[in-house]
Amino acid sequence: MRHAYVWGGVLAIVVASTTGDVLLSRAMKQVGDVGALRRQAGLWKVVARIVRNPYFVLGVLAMTVAFYSLLFGLSWGDVSLIGPASASLTFVANAIAAKFLLHERVDSRRWIAALLVAGGVALLAA
Amino acid sequence: MTSRKYLVLAGVTVCAAVGDSLLSYGMKQLGNVPLHGLPGMLLAILNPWVAVGILFLLGFFASYMTALSWADLTYVLPATSLGYVLLALIAKFLLHEEVTAQRWLGILLISAGVGFVTRGPELTHPSHPPVAANAEIDSGVAR
Repeated sequence: MRHAYVWGGVLAIVVASTTGDVLLSRAMKQVGDVGALRRQAGLWKVVARIVRNPYFVLGVLAMTVAFYSLLFGLSWGDVSLIGPASASLTFVANAIAAKFLLHERVDSRRWIAALLVAGGVALLAA
Repeated sequence: MTSRKYLVLAGVTVCAAVGDSLLSYGMKQLGNVPLHGLPGMLLAILNPWVAVGILFLLGFFASYMTALSWADLTYVLPATSLGYVLLALIAKFLLHEEVTAQRWLGILLISAGVGFVTRGPELTHPSHPPVAANAEIDSGVAR
């Protein structure tokens, strides 16, 4: 039962943080190059533009869910399992989600990078 | 990629690793927080390590949002994963934790992944050209 809670927590973290990353990425692509916008309209206009973007608000909400899932998971299992498991699975889930939801061109170079980093993170904290 | 953009990616990497380390150090000073003591968690920000850690994490969020405004998600995430390496080095040299051979292998894999992705283009989906975005903010200001 404890196992089920730990892996349920990991699953919730991966799903919520991938959702959050995808939403935040889409929001910032809609906002446009922040550096160029800031020179043009000033910092506060840019900040206002970001926080009014609905994808940004939803993205922050998803990140909040991910954070509380992490707290929940940590109350059931070790940080040395949950941390690396959720971080490295999130790298792979993000590559898949970016390909299909954000239509990024995830070529073999990026797949290899995502898998190498996922493997490295798993080893690092295992 | 301009040097300015590499600076933003470095900001994401360093702020995340330093922020997490400071939070970890501060929370270890506070000790275990029981679930019924959650309101007391609000007082955690009074710990100077935690407070500075939060400032760094705000810096992380700002630079992460900036990077996502001109680069793909599948570029930013691997490119900034050197933060895990930095975290391991902080753990070894500042917190005096042991870094095993397995961890060094993990560091090697992450570095290889970073090398792979940063040799490619940072944006592959040019459906939001900056010109269109600028035109939009102009009309937004006029409104």
